[in-house]
Amino acid sequence: MSALVRRLGYGGTLCLAVIVSFALLALFAPWLSPYPDQGMGTPNVIAKLKPPSADFWLGTDHLGRDVLSRVIFGARVSMSAGLLIVAFSLLIGLPVGLLAGYFGGWADEALMRVTDVFLAFPALLLAVLLAAALGPGLLNSIAAVAVTWWPWYARMARAEVLVLRGQPYVEAASVMGVSQGRILIRHILPGAARPLLVQAALDVGPALLTASSLSFLGLGILPPTADWGKMVDEGRKFFPDRWWVSAAPGIAIFLLALAFSVLGDALRDREGDKRRDAA
Amino acid sequence: MDLARYTLRRVLLSAFVVVGVTFLVFVVAQVVPSDPAALYAGPRPTVEQIAKARVTLDLDAPLPQRFVRFATAMGTGDFGVSYKSRRLISQDLAVYLPATLELAIFSTLLALLLGIPTGVIAAARRGSWLDRMGSLGSVLSVAMPTFFFAMLLQLVFSQWFGILPLSGRLSQQISISDPLPFVTGFNLIDAVIAGRPAVVLDALAHLILPALTLAAYPAGIAMRLTRAAMIEILARRHIIAARALGLSAPRILFGHALPNAVGPALTVIGLSFAYALTGAVLVEIIFAWPGLGRYVSEAILSKDFPVIAATTLVVTLCYVVMNLVIDLTQTLVDPRVALT
Repeated sequence: MSALVRRLGYGGTLCLAVIVSFALLALFAPWLSPYPDQGMGTPNVIAKLKPPSADFWLGTDHLGRDVLSRVIFGARVSMSAGLLIVAFSLLIGLPVGLLAGYFGGWADEALMRVTDVFLAFPALLLAVLLAAALGPGLLNSIAAVAVTWWPWYARMARAEVLVLRGQPYVEAASVMGVSQGRILIRHILPGAARPLLVQAALDVGPALLTASSLSFLGLGILPPTADWGKMVDEGRKFFPDRWWVSAAPGIAIFLLALAFSVLGDALRDREGDKRRDAA
Repeated sequence: MDLARYTLRRVLLSAFVVVGVTFLVFVVAQVVPSDPAALYAGPRPTVEQIAKARVTLDLDAPLPQRFVRFATAMGTGDFGVSYKSRRLISQDLAVYLPATLELAIFSTLLALLLGIPTGVIAAARRGSWLDRMGSLGSVLSVAMPTFFFAMLLQLVFSQWFGILPLSGRLSQQISISDPLPFVTGFNLIDAVIAGRPAVVLDALAHLILPALTLAAYPAGIAMRLTRAAMIEILARRHIIAARALGLSAPRILFGHALPNAVGPALTVIGLSFAYALTGAVLVEIIFAWPGLGRYVSEAILSKDFPVIAATTLVVTLCYVVMNLVIDLTQTLVDPRVALT
C-alpha cells in the first residue's frame, strides 16, 4: 500500500481506488445491486419517479426502476466504452505511426495527410456523423469515437519513432544486419509504446465522456440496457423537479472521468521523472 | 522557411484537408447508410417510389462521379433538400449558423475574460487561494460532462436563484409578439441595429448560461497557459528593470508582461472556438438554442443524412478556416513559429 502511495501520490492512489471500485461494481453488478432485474431494465411501474428513500437509496426513474441499480449496471457500459475506445484507437494509431515514422518518404507524407483530414473535424461531430450512419448500439458508438481518436496516437507514435530511429542502439542493430521488421518490433516498438500507453491512460476519461455524450444524444447502447449518458437524458424531462433521475448517473460519469484523468496525470508525472533521470 | 512559403504551404494543406473532409463526409453520409432512397421516399414507400427516388438522388451513377457531383454541389452552397422537411438546407443554415456562431464567439470571449486575468493574478501570487482554486477548477472542468454541467447551471441560476432564463435565445414576449427583423442573424447585433436596448439585454441574459457551459473548459486552459507564460516572463530582465524603476505592480503585470502572453491567448481562442462548435450539439439541445447543434441532432433522430452532411461540412469548414487564421496570426505575432 505504502509503495503504491509512493509511486502515485495520495491523489493517484485515491483515484485508483475509485476506478477499482467502479470496476468491481461493473463486474459484480448482478450481485451488488439491490434490484438486479430493474438494473437490467425490467420496469416497475408501481413506483414511478419516487424520491430517494430507504427502499430506493437513489430514488426511481420514469419506469419505476431503482436508480442505484441502474447506475451500478451502467458502470459496465461506461467502463468498457472508455477502455475499448482507447484500445481500438491504439490498435490503429500505433501501427500507422510506426510505419510512417520508420519508413518516411511518401508513405509518411500520405499517412500524415490522412491524419490531418481526421484531425480537421471537431471530434464529437465526426463521431456523431459516423454513429448516425452506423446506427445506434454500443459497438457502433465505440467504433465511431475510435475513428476520431486514432490519429492522435498515430502522430505521437510517429514522433517517438523519429527520435528512436536515430538512437545508436538502433543504428547498431541495423549495421549488424537485423531485419527492418525485427528492428521495428523488437527495438523501436517497446520504446515508442511506453509514452503512448501513458497517454492512453490519460485518455480513458475523455473517451468515456465522449461515449456518454453520444449515448446522451441517443446514439449509444439501446434501451433497456442501463447507460449513464442515456440515463441523464431520460431524467432531463423531469429535471430539475425530480433531479435524482439525472443527478446520480451524471455524478458517476464525472467521478469516473475525474479519477482516470488525475490517475493519468500522476502516471505522466512519474514517467516524466523517469525520463529526466535517464537523461 | 520564410513567411511567404510557410503561408502558402499552410493554405495549400488546408485546401487539401477541405477536399479530404468533403470526401469523408460523402462516404459516411452517402455510401455507409443502407438505403438513402428509402429514406428519401418517406415513410412506408412503395417500390416505385423508391425507384423514383434512386433516380432523383442519382444513386446508380458510379461512385467517383457521385463524389464529384456531391463536392461541386457543396462547393456552390447547394446543400440539397432535407429528407424530412423538404426545405432547402441552405435556407435553414442561413438562420442556424449565425445562432451557433454567436454562441461560439461569446463563449470564447467569456473564456478569455475569465481565464486570462485569473492566470495573470495566479502567476503574480503563486500559491494564493485564487491560484489553487484555479488549478482545482481546471482539473474538475476536464472531467465534467458538458451536458450535465449545463443542467447544473440551469438548476442553480434559473431554478434556485431565478436570475437567468432557463432556455431559448429570446424571451417569448419578444420572439413571438414582437420579433426582431433578421439582418445578420446575430441577435445582439440585430437588436442594436433595431435600436432596442431591452432586447439587447434580453439576448445577453439568454446567452450567459449556454456560453458559460462552453467557456468553463477553455477558461481553465486559458488560465493555465497564461499562468505558465507569465511566470516565465516575470523572471525576465525587462520586468526586473521595470520593477527597479519603481513602476506599480498592476502596470508591470498588465502593461509590460501581459503583451508577451498573446501567444497562449491565440491558442485558447482557437481551442475555445473549436470546443464551442463541438459542444454546440449538446448545449443547444439542453438550452433549446435554435442553432446548428440542435438542427443536426434532430436530423440524426430522423436519419436526415443531407442535413447531417451539410452541417458537419459547414462546421468543419469554420473549424479549418479558424485554425488557419490562428496559425497565420501566430506567425505574425511571433515569426519564430514559421521557422520550425
